[in-house]
Formats: sequence, structure tokens, C-alpha cells
Amino acid sequence: MTVERSDGALVIEDVSLALRVGEVMGIVGESGSGKSTLALALLGYARRGLRIAHGSVRVAETDMLQLDKAELRAARREVVAYVAQDPGAALNPMLSLETLLTEVLAGNRTEKNARAREILRKVGLPDDNSFLQRKPRQLSGGQQQRIAIAMAVIAKPRLIILDEPTTGLDVSTRARVLDLIRQLCISDSLTAIYVSHDLAVIANVADHVTVMYGGQVVEQGCMQDVLSAPRHPYTRALFDAVPSIQARQALRPIHGRVPGVGEGPSGCIFSDRCEYVVEECSVRPALNLAGNTLVRCVRPEPVQTFGARSVAVGHPACRPTETRPILEARSIDAFYGNRQILFDVGLKVEPGRCLAVVGESGSGKSTLSRCLIGLHGNVTGQLTLDGRPLPLTVGLRDQNARLRLQYIFQNSNASLNPRRTVGASLAAALDIGRGTTPKRSGTVVAKALERVGISPDLATRYPAELSGGQRQRVAIARALVAEPSVLLCDEVTSSLDVSVQASVIELLRSLLDDGLGMLFVTHDLAVVRNIADSVVVLSAGRIVECGDIDTVLSSPRHPYTQSLLTNMLQLPSADAGQEASVATML
Amino acid sequence: MSVDSPNDSAVIGVLAWAWPLLGRLMQGVLTLLAVSLLIFLAARALPGDVANMILGQSATQDQLAALRTQLGLDQPLWWQYLTWLGGILHGDWGVSLANGQPVAEILTLGVRNSATLSGVALAVMLPLSLLVGVIAAQFRDGFVDRLFLGMSMVANAVPDFVTGTVLVALFATTVLHVLPAVSFIPPGDSPFSYPDALVLPAITVIIPGVMYLARLVRVAVIDVMATEYIQTAILKGMSPSRILFRHALPNAVAPIIPAASLVAAFTVGGVVVVEYLFAYPGIGSALVDAVTNRDLPVIQANVLVIASAYFILNLIADALAQRDDASTQQGRSQA
Repeated sequence: MTVERSDGALVIEDVSLALRVGEVMGIVGESGSGKSTLALALLGYARRGLRIAHGSVRVAETDMLQLDKAELRAARREVVAYVAQDPGAALNPMLSLETLLTEVLAGNRTEKNARAREILRKVGLPDDNSFLQRKPRQLSGGQQQRIAIAMAVIAKPRLIILDEPTTGLDVSTRARVLDLIRQLCISDSLTAIYVSHDLAVIANVADHVTVMYGGQVVEQGCMQDVLSAPRHPYTRALFDAVPSIQARQALRPIHGRVPGVGEGPSGCIFSDRCEYVVEECSVRPALNLAGNTLVRCVRPEPVQTFGARSVAVGHPACRPTETRPILEARSIDAFYGNRQILFDVGLKVEPGRCLAVVGESGSGKSTLSRCLIGLHGNVTGQLTLDGRPLPLTVGLRDQNARLRLQYIFQNSNASLNPRRTVGASLAAALDIGRGTTPKRSGTVVAKALERVGISPDLATRYPAELSGGQRQRVAIARALVAEPSVLLCDEVTSSLDVSVQASVIELLRSLLDDGLGMLFVTHDLAVVRNIADSVVVLSAGRIVECGDIDTVLSSPRHPYTQSLLTNMLQLPSADAGQEASVATML
Repeated sequence: MSVDSPNDSAVIGVLAWAWPLLGRLMQGVLTLLAVSLLIFLAARALPGDVANMILGQSATQDQLAALRTQLGLDQPLWWQYLTWLGGILHGDWGVSLANGQPVAEILTLGVRNSATLSGVALAVMLPLSLLVGVIAAQFRDGFVDRLFLGMSMVANAVPDFVTGTVLVALFATTVLHVLPAVSFIPPGDSPFSYPDALVLPAITVIIPGVMYLARLVRVAVIDVMATEYIQTAILKGMSPSRILFRHALPNAVAPIIPAASLVAAFTVGGVVVVEYLFAYPGIGSALVDAVTNRDLPVIQANVLVIASAYFILNLIADALAQRDDASTQQGRSQA
């Protein structure tokens, strides 16, 4: 199968998949690798500006690409179904759940209604009439995704294609949705194709895996084989970038970025980012069978031939615990209107140490970080900075206090001014309150960019010209030019690919070594394990557990922390005897 | 997150929607008061002496003075204003200076005729905009779409009276002679008894309205067709007509409704020019006549009516926009 852009540039190139009934195929790759385009092409659908050039998709006896329009519509109702990533966007806000669920069915109203109730029970939602009359917006994110799945399976299709169905959900909701998908595959003998950038999720649901890069399949095989012996350097790089919850270790980012459509190198598509590139890589390798897996690499040896995989890193030399905290918060209560969001929260941020704030969405963790920076108005409690009282809102703080606390937002795309160059954004942060000469500000900006691993030449670029990871680094650099003593990081890695997340985590670790204090808000415990020294677990606005990172993660006492840990998905341990180095990594 | 019962949240939703509107209503009453004062002052500022105008050049100073006293024109301005306003609040709009007819009578006739014209124009304009907008969106970037965009550019750039004049030349005088150039409707008769007199004035109002609204519809439909839920509907195997009517249009129309109410408000205001052009006997023509005759009570009454209509339609636009916001926020708080 090949999909090309209207100008002929190839978006996905010559991809083949085969699945037996009841099996789950995982498709994995970074953003921009063509996995969503592939998923849609399997339904005979191409986004505006793309077209399916040639190929065939046979599901049971139907060839999706040979059908006329009416037949294709029927096939999309009865043979292949699709579940999109963001159910909030994929469910029509003006239609009731009943309409959404039953419009694919034939038959009279009573039959349709009965089938809708049956499917609601199956996905674990209420099946009464008042629920059926609700609109999607009246449901939580997890419920919406259940409806999207119910909508896909209600007409009993043979194949279901799931495009990142759990990416926007928090860990416990994700675990429940994954359970549902597994259960449906067994009970309805449904075949599924599961697209995700998250290897841990794929490893937990899939029987087979296809690794995509730059629109090509680079590795394909049985999940167990690929997991225990990844053969393509890209597959291995993806594995190396996944943080583990068991141990703090060096994460190895993949340098460079995913090539745009039609921009890849002429030889092996991964050759410009591959650490093991050799001369033969200038000719595009074919997909060859190596062991039990198909690999597109000139040297498909098992990975250990490339050297050791993982390096555990310790915590930075433990500073005496009596160091004075830089930032301290006591009995913080915060409200939205009349609703109390935070109850009596207290914490300390110490120099050179990272405090993680963990909780699910709605637990109040973002509100907490906004209280600390002074952006949340409706709050009571005490804050101190270096032992001196700190006003609760940013408007009342003096210049020095504002500079010493810096905030990094989750979405660097929205937090950087799109009409300012990177350099201008940094210089603006520098100018506040200090009369700096342009020359000095130039050097400071260059130094800050170098510190976050970005070439100072990029200072003249606009944020839109940078990749997601570069933008987040620039956002960090902007915080650094103020020479802060505390960084407040709000979910800074959540919207990044694992490979990019790895590079940001490595950067933040090195900043800790410089003596910065850090507050790191996240829902991802594996990231916490890899960056934090101590942790605060927040549930429904209250601190339910806090303490040293090792203590909390290895022997959690509060049931809420335990449930967070149970629902964490990890790459399952591969066969230890077969692959020693993998076992140490996991 | 919210634990309110559905009833409670419904009540809160209605309140959240109605409260700002009450505020808007108060604001509107104040605005109308300010407008009444402005109209009053503007009418007084018109050049020319009313008494002179009524009695003609041959009147003596004594006759003029007597008439001024009779009309109350020798009183201080603020007193005149309060008397006039007080009269209106009692339902007494005064008497025309030109022919002694009660203003209320002139007004009733004008309002009925103008409301008929605006009503007919809107009844055609709104569905037609929807149709044209959807068709343009369906053929996005194609010939039909480009033609529509070009035409709408021209139609919106040309003032109403030019459009009207061209239409008269095409259908009434120069090219074809199928419709009357002047909309003569005897006082007391309903405009519906003279449908051909309605056609040209209505079309003159409809063209710019459709060209503007259909553009909004076109953009809204294109936006909605690009959403993920439409993609989902396509991938669910829904037919194109079901996607358009059931999935896309309800979402596309919502943001256009407030704009449509604003266009309705503009239509009511714009009717003045069109009525004058076709000598259509509505408040617009009445206003123009009254200005020529320095018929102060009639001028004031007509402008006040037009301003009120404008205000009410704006209020409807606000209410519809607010309801959209309220339902969005309510949905979010429950999510």
C-alpha cells in the first residue's frame, strides 16, 4: 500500500500488514512517521490533499480499495470501524448518544435501542434512556472514549482500527479502556489494529508490532520477538527512550527530527539520525527477514552487537538534608468560585533537588503550581522564598521574586509568542527590570540556548520553524535567562514523543546538577522516577502521601498511590535468560 | 466534578443565561433614552423655523409667535423634551405639524408596511443564505465557489441605492417592464394585496444580506466539515446527505445565528433608503417626508421606532450568543 500527497511525494510507502482473526497489531512510531495516515488508508480514506496511490486492503473477503462509494460506506459500517484519538473532538457535540450509537444500524427503532443498551452494558456504561439522551459534552473523557469504542463495535465489524485511543487519558482511565479493548477482542473475536506512540501501551495489548518511520515499515514481527530482540536501530532507540519506573537511568534521546513528507535521506530513511550508520546505508535497504522479524536495515543483527544498552544513573550527590528550602508553601487552600480545589497543601522545594507533584487530572496539581507562581487569585496560605514571606499573587511580588521563580508550561506551542523569534522571546524575558545592552543580551541569549542544547544560530527562527522538543527547550531557555532559583514545570513532557521527552528529561536533570530547585508536575510515574528526588501525591486536592522517591514508589502506603502504580503501564520484562542486557534495562 | 442534580444545573444554566440579559435590557432602556434625547436635539437643530414652514412666507410676526406658543416652541428645550417624552410614555405621540394627523396613526401604517417588507426580505434571505453558503462550501475552490465569492464582494461593495437603481433599470424601466418602478400602496391597504410592489424593494434588501450571510455560512460549513467528528461520521459510513444535514449543519448554523440577527437589525435600518428609492410607504419614506416638512413629532417618533427595532434585534443576537456560551460552559463544568 502506498499513499502519496497530491504533488506525488510519498507519505507512506509500500506498507504491508497481515493479521489473523482475533489478533491485535500495534503500529508504533514518533509523530509524523505516517502511522495515522496508514490507519486511515486501511479504511480507504485519505485526508484532504492525500490520495491512496495503489495497494489493496483485504478484510475478510472485502477489498476496501476496490469498492464503489456506496459499497465503501457499507463496508465502513459493517467490516472495518475506526476509533479516533480525541473522543472529545470525534463525537458530534450536537447529537445524542443514542443517535451516535444507532445511526450505523439498520432495523426499527426498538431493535436499535435494544442493541444500543446492550453495547452500553458491554462497555460498562449506564444503559437507561436518560443516559442515551445525553450529549457527548456531558460525559467525562473516559466515558467519551467508551462511547467512541461502542460506536465502532455496535455493528459488529470484523476489524477495528484504534488511533491513539488512550493518549489523552490518565493512567487509571487508560487501564480501564485498554481492558475493554482486550475483552472485546476476545468476546467478539474482533481483530484490532492499535496505533500509538507509546511502546508500553503497545507492548501491553498487541500480539504483533509494526514499527514505522518516515512512512516506511522499519521493523515488523511478533511482539515478543521485537521486545526481546529489537533489530532495527530505530526500534532500539525508541525502547531506550522509554523511562522505566523501576530505576533511574540514563535516557537516550534520538537526535534530529522525523523527516517531513518527501524530505527523508535518499538512502536508508533513518540514516541521518542513526548512531550506527555505515557506508552501505546510502542505498535504501529492503525489508528482509531476520530471525522471526522483518527488518529494513543492512545489518539486522540483534541489538547487543551494538553495545551496552542502559546505564543506571544515581541521584545527584545527596546534599545535606538540612539545606534551607528555597521555596516553601504552608497550608495552601485554593478555590474556583465556591469550590475548594486544594486543601491544606504544604511543600518545600530545595536547591538542586526535584520535587514531583503527582496526581490524575482533576487532582489539583496544575492549580497548585499556578498558586506557587502566583497566577491563581483565589488562594489562602503562606509562601516563603528564601525564608522571606512571598505574596500570594504575582502582581504583589517584587521584581526579584518574579525573576527567581520561573514557570514552564505544558504546551510550548502556545507559551511562545509565534510572532517573535526565539532570540527576541529570550531577550524580552531578559529585559524585564534590567537595563541590558543589546550586546550583552545577545551573549546571554546565546549562552542560554547553548545550555539547553540548541544552536545559537536558531535564535533568528520563529517557534513554528522548530520541532516540538526544540520548542520546549527554548521555553526552558527563556526561563533560564532570568537566572531563577526555582523552576516550576507543569507537565512539560506530556505532549512530547518519548524520544523527545528523553532529551528534555536529560536536560532538566543537568539543570538540577547546577543547583536549581525544581517542582515537576506530572501524571507519569515513570518520568517521576527518572527525575525527582522526592514526591508529593495529590488526590482530590489533598496530599495523600509524600516522601523520598524510592520509598514512595517502591513501598507506597496510600491506596491511591498504589492504584496509580498498578495502572502504570511498563514495557513487560522480556525473557531474562535470552537477553540479559534487556533484563537489566527493564 | 459537579454533583448538582440535573434540575439544579438546569436552573443555574438558565440563570447564567438570563442574568446578563437583564443587565443588557436595562442598558438598552438607557440607550433608548439617550437616543430619544439625541433625536430630539437633532430635530431641533434642523435649519429652518417650524412656524415659518407651516404658515408660509406671508405670515406676520404675531401669527408666528402665536403658533410657537401653541406648539410649545417658546418653552425651554428641556421642558419641551420632558413634555414630549412624558407624552410618549402615556401613549400620546403628538400630532403631525404638517397635516394635523395624530403621529400614532402615521406610525402604525408605516410600521406595518415596513415590517412586512423587512419580514418578507428576511424570510427569503435567511434560508437562501444557508443554501448558497452550503453550495459554495460543497464546491469549495471550484468555479461555483469562486463565482459566488466574486459576486458577494461586488454586492457588498455596492450601496443599496445603486443595487436598487440597477434592478429598476433591469426589470421596470429600461430592459424589461415586468415590475413597477414605484411601489404604490394606498394607505390602509395591506402590502400583500400588491405583491408586485414588494418584489423589487425586497430583492434590493435581500441581495447584500444573502451575499454577506452566505459567506459566513460557507466558512462555518467548511470549518465544520474539517472537524474530527465529521471525519468520524465519514469513517462510520454515513451517507453524504446525512453527514451534511444531521452532522454538519446543526453545528455550522449555531455560530451564524447571532450574525443573522445582526443582519436582520441592519436590514431594518437599511429599509429607509430602499423605501425612499421605491417610494414605498413605510417608516423610511415617512421619515424622509417628515424631514422635508420639518415635522418634528413625526421625525422623532420614526427614528425612535427604528432605533428600538435595531436595539431589540441586537438584544436577540446577544441572547443567542449568550445561550451558546452558557451551554458550552455548562457542558465543560460537567465533563
